Amino acid sequence: MNVQTSTWATKKGLAQMLKGGVIMDVVTPEHARVAEDAGAVAVMALERVPSDIRAAGGVARMSDPSMIQGIMDAVTIPVMAKARIGHFVEAQVLEALGVDYIDESEVLTPADETHHIDKHAFKVPFVCGCRDLGEALRRIAEGAAMIRTKGEAGTGNIVEAVRHTRALQSGIRALQGKRSDELFTAAKELQAPYELVREVAETGKLPVVNFVAGGIATPADAALAMQLGAEGVFVGSGIFKSEDPARTANAIVQATTHFDDAQVIAEVSKGLGAPMRGIELGAIPEAERLAVRGW
Amino acid sequence: MKIGVVALQGAFIEHLDLLRRLGVEAVPVRLPADLQDVSGVVLPGGESTTMRKLIHRWGLRDPLLDLATQGAPVFGTCAGMILLSREIVDGDEPVLPLLDVAVKRNAFGRQLDSFEEDLEVPVLGDQPVHAVFIRAPVIERVGPEVDVLARLDDGRPVAVRQRNVIATAFHPELAGETRFHHLLATMAAAFAEPGEGAGRRRHPTRRATGGAETAGTGER
Repeated sequence: MNVQTSTWATKKGLAQMLKGGVIMDVVTPEHARVAEDAGAVAVMALERVPSDIRAAGGVARMSDPSMIQGIMDAVTIPVMAKARIGHFVEAQVLEALGVDYIDESEVLTPADETHHIDKHAFKVPFVCGCRDLGEALRRIAEGAAMIRTKGEAGTGNIVEAVRHTRALQSGIRALQGKRSDELFTAAKELQAPYELVREVAETGKLPVVNFVAGGIATPADAALAMQLGAEGVFVGSGIFKSEDPARTANAIVQATTHFDDAQVIAEVSKGLGAPMRGIELGAIPEAERLAVRGW
Repeated sequence: MKIGVVALQGAFIEHLDLLRRLGVEAVPVRLPADLQDVSGVVLPGGESTTMRKLIHRWGLRDPLLDLATQGAPVFGTCAGMILLSREIVDGDEPVLPLLDVAVKRNAFGRQLDSFEEDLEVPVLGDQPVHAVFIRAPVIERVGPEVDVLARLDDGRPVAVRQRNVIATAFHPELAGETRFHHLLATMAAAFAEPGEGAGRRRHPTRRATGGAETAGTGER
């Protein structure tokens, strides 16, 4: 019968299967196995976790394909990998490798200061970052099948993730309160396509799955993101920069499932050892902020 | 009558919404206490490796097996089908071995091989089922007590039923397909109130409610 691959339903559908879960940054096959054993729903394969990218400075690019391949061979859960904003050839390479999702990510140095990748042109689905509703809808218009709020990657500081998630959610609520004849101007103000604006106003949610990323370091951070309306979480440096990665990873998985049960969060948070050392946002010069990348 | 949707991870909200649209009371299940008064269970799609860990961690395995053994209907989609299989190819330990099948995870390949297709499912009527397969499993061996409800063109089973347990490798909940959930709700209602409609036809769950021991044989 009529078999269709790489449809919108399958692209968006994989993100639906990841909901309620934790996607973990990993830099080696060993990390990937630790993440899988801890209950990660997917891993993000990259050469350095964001806090190391931040420390190293310079231009951050797509990871070595052999490193990504090694991680794909090590685990059975989905493997994601990052391409630079606007770098559609890095995305083509990742698609050729057969990764399960591409993150067009502000954590890497942007390759294009005006245009994002035309993600409709790809068979592999994309996840993109956003700071508010308008940015989310622009990415979805370009073909993103999953959205994550950006936060400020590599800081272990949840404050930006909270800011972006609240901005996104309150943007959605504001649309729901509008009359239909007000949505045209709302679309103009959001700099987003009217059809998507109207859909969000009608349904009260994004048309794709929405995770939180950037700064999650503890089980309570993950549960905070979930209670604020996230459908799952990305944890980057927060796991492998902690004192006990396996236990921290497992505890964050448990807290994401039981995000509204404080008893469970308390139980899983006991005796985890030191979380990653965080960075106060004020200590990061504007030029080194990652979340402002993307337009 | 109330149906519990295991809500540890995955696309559980889609199942809750679909059941509620059918007028069925549906509740998320994260802890054993959530199974109180539940007459049917859905195991949703998601990552089976994650869900298996959470099922063990929060003690859901035994209460779910008890409920199924008493005859409550269970419906698993994709990862849910993997969790219900007696044998998982490539060595993973079974979790809720209620279906006498061998299942292979990620049987079609990676995400790029995910697909949609219309499938004939005769027990649901003439209208084909629009099936969405996402990094889907497939059934490689079917035991004698298992009915195959749907196959791919190449003959591999992708929907099966063994008494009160139904499983699909695909996602009816993503395609607006309600007939599987309708069937589940009908079976759950029969389990909740065994007297009702008992004379009209012999429903598989009726036999199971009558003899928990028999229903359990061969399953554990």
